[in-house]
Amino acid sequence: MEHTKTRVGWLPCRTFLVVGLLTHLFTPIAAEGGDPQVIAAERHRIEIVRKITPATIAIFDSTGAGGGSGVLISPDGYALTNYHVTAPCGPAMKCGLPDGRLYDAVIVGIDPPGDVALIKLLGRDDFPSAELGDSDRVQMGDWVYVAGNPFLLADDFQPSVSYGIVSGTHRYQYPAGTLLEYADCIQTDAAINPGNSGGPLYDSEGRLIGINGRGSFEKRGRVNVGVGYAISINQIKRFLSHLKSGRVVDHASLGATVTTASDGRPIVDEVMLDSDAYRRGLRYGDELLAFDGRELSSANAFKNALGTYPAGWTVPIEFMSKASLVKARVRLMPQHAEGELDELIAESPPSEGEPEPKRIVADDANKLPPPVAECFEERPGFANYWFNRQHQERLLETCPQRVPGKTELEDLHLAGTDGAGAEVTLQLSSNEASITSEQGRFFARFESLLAEELNPPGSGGLLTSLHLWRMLLEQGPDAVGEVFYMGEIPWHGSTQPINCLVAIHKDVRAHFYFAADTGNLTGMELFTDEALDSCRVTFSDFRLRQGRSWPHEWNVHWGEYEYMTFRLAPDAESTQSR
Amino acid sequence: MRPSFILYLLAIATVAGATAPLEAATTENAFIGSSLRVLNLETQPKIVKIFGVGGLRQLEAYQTGVFVSPEGHILTAQSLVLDEGEVTAVLWNGIRVKGTVVAVEPLLELALLKIDVDEPVEWFPLQESISVKPGMRVLAFANVFGIAVYDEPVSMLQGVVSGIVPLSARRGASVANYTGNVYVVDAATNNPGAAGGAVVDLSGRFLGLIGKEMRSESTGAWLNYVLPASALREPVERMKAGKPPAAADATNLASGHPAPSDYGIVLVTDLFERTPPYVDRVVVGSLAAQAGIRPDDLIVGVGEQTVGSRRDLEHALATAEADKPLQLRLLRGKELLHVSLEQDNSQADGNE
Repeated sequence: MEHTKTRVGWLPCRTFLVVGLLTHLFTPIAAEGGDPQVIAAERHRIEIVRKITPATIAIFDSTGAGGGSGVLISPDGYALTNYHVTAPCGPAMKCGLPDGRLYDAVIVGIDPPGDVALIKLLGRDDFPSAELGDSDRVQMGDWVYVAGNPFLLADDFQPSVSYGIVSGTHRYQYPAGTLLEYADCIQTDAAINPGNSGGPLYDSEGRLIGINGRGSFEKRGRVNVGVGYAISINQIKRFLSHLKSGRVVDHASLGATVTTASDGRPIVDEVMLDSDAYRRGLRYGDELLAFDGRELSSANAFKNALGTYPAGWTVPIEFMSKASLVKARVRLMPQHAEGELDELIAESPPSEGEPEPKRIVADDANKLPPPVAECFEERPGFANYWFNRQHQERLLETCPQRVPGKTELEDLHLAGTDGAGAEVTLQLSSNEASITSEQGRFFARFESLLAEELNPPGSGGLLTSLHLWRMLLEQGPDAVGEVFYMGEIPWHGSTQPINCLVAIHKDVRAHFYFAADTGNLTGMELFTDEALDSCRVTFSDFRLRQGRSWPHEWNVHWGEYEYMTFRLAPDAESTQSR
Repeated sequence: MRPSFILYLLAIATVAGATAPLEAATTENAFIGSSLRVLNLETQPKIVKIFGVGGLRQLEAYQTGVFVSPEGHILTAQSLVLDEGEVTAVLWNGIRVKGTVVAVEPLLELALLKIDVDEPVEWFPLQESISVKPGMRVLAFANVFGIAVYDEPVSMLQGVVSGIVPLSARRGASVANYTGNVYVVDAATNNPGAAGGAVVDLSGRFLGLIGKEMRSESTGAWLNYVLPASALREPVERMKAGKPPAAADATNLASGHPAPSDYGIVLVTDLFERTPPYVDRVVVGSLAAQAGIRPDDLIVGVGEQTVGSRRDLEHALATAEADKPLQLRLLRGKELLHVSLEQDNSQADGNE
């Protein structure tokens, strides 16, 4: 990479400032005479400042010493800020609203590589919240507002507002080590100072387009010199459900690295053998042309685009391999090995030239304020497992296919057709499954089934998949193994993200996908080995059967190859389509 | 007014919609509307990212330049980045080309680079005489902090002209040679890599070049200043023509400003870098003679400025207000004298 290293700094504010400032309420200045256009513009600014102020919050650690800014994004109290603001706070923080009231807040999810944290303010379900904008529409020269609590000035939590323009879009700012990378971020000359970290960047209509968190500094110390950066809201939208899952969220890796050729083109210089990219044909020396619809003019452009995706996301890519154009969909891998992020975040976040903040660890959990203690649960890999549990329960409770209590599903008999047109039958009960075709019969008793078996041949592990599917619906998540809610990711060729529940069962991992509107379990994937494609089953044609909505068409893929489609013979009730 | 500018104003009028009369498309209105997007797109092709020698803190290996001819002449700040005589110039579209230093201008600390071009490039004319006043809205385009490397656009910052004042600045031990007027702006232009960037008005017209990082001589504050286009025009033409920089006779470079001889003062010969400005003789009947100035008087101050050398004196005179009496402080033996010289305009004009 030939990016020039710039000096950058993060902007938590850990200064004890006792500044007696008169607070300016936003009183319109009487406009007598003057250019009506200018007066109209000024009125508009005043209106926008009124609009953006209520959702802007001041965040403090539980001792009230350090802090930053944040912004409420929903009436139930979810608020965005920087990871580097919440990192020294531990699970609990105090948040001041511009109405002067102080609320308890709990950590929900963190994205340390992207420097984003989601917190939840407690005690109200009618918090003011910001209108989310579309940061992809932001262009250089657009007017923007920065709101927040620079230098922790506002004793009454009334935010300071600064005004400027977008100085650059799609900016890339190097991480410190592997954390706090600002990819595809927005650069502004609206003043961003220590204490503004985590606060909102609004467009000229007061819509939230980014979270401020960083600035370039040099010889004048850590004060604004006209160059601040905000994480784009569209990046955060992709991460939001993952943050709500309570997890420590990782960023994505393509499983391949790209370098800049002498003529500037992005050329693949390394591909991991167990990456999806490799399985789809990406090789050393190939030219990467496009990533999720973005044309890549340089290796930097690729790095910039990639940096805004969570691990597990699926994107279309285009590349030139041996003079032929390849278009493929690839699943992105995690940037960090398992457990690596937990180790990295155990170290202090970088803060240039500042005294080491006292980290408040979860050992202090017994001292958590009661409302926070009620919704905090510690677990490795999670910022707050309590939230993950809520999502698991929500998905399974609203899933129409979930069998309540100890009732067992009926034995299922399905019929399909193989490539040669011959009939194949599939039988599935609680204990065993079998597939019968002209080639013979595959039979498995689940109690003796090795999870990583790929049977029947060509399916990628259909028997294990169906076993886990049936176990989740009949016995619930605890029976399957370790289960957690991942967030929403696109699956099976769709660009629409969908709820995903992950189950770790013995040595294999399964994803279960739930439709947002119906709650139906519309698909699952089984990963038997990182070096192999998943076995993918999509469930469709939901009809009533024994009083329950039930999929009547089961389509099975192994990677790019379609294995078979099975149909469940309808009973009398299921003839009425749902 | 160039055709693209007309189109751009029309575009504003359209955006403003039926409620706004055409006259409302003032520059202030342009600033408020979305037209800065257009201004940015029109300006970026005229800006060049320059990469050369350096790489240490406060000795960055990058700066900015602006096209000042369709043939590929790039005006930038003379600095260590250019030390090898060759740089990598990265154009707005990401194309990287070799730039060669063709001339330098020591007084304003400018350098002219040249790249080979197949077709005319977008460029800033320096001929336009634009009235710049404090309070005027401006935009600065520069590759601050080297954020842009390939085809990424350079940063755009907004601000106003805060003042038009003579430059009195230094960086470490090196004092700014140029002491003529500069535009002080409230956009943060004093950042690594900004030198050689463009400051334009709301119509995209070139107002001046962002100078090297300097501190105020009097307060030590880092200055956000701009070298005015009017001061650049003549040196750029001279550099383009391949003429050597003017001799160290500052009155040549700041033509139109008074010289000591205008008042009948003949100074001792300028032999050294810091030749003290002793009066060698006084022309009989001249303003200086009438004011009582004598040979061997040492000139130590002009107006508010202190001078220690002939060159200091010439710079101080260059920034003196022409329509006011010239205030001199002289040291005669141990005595400090103040004299006021009413400039003889007819004589000054005659010298032109």
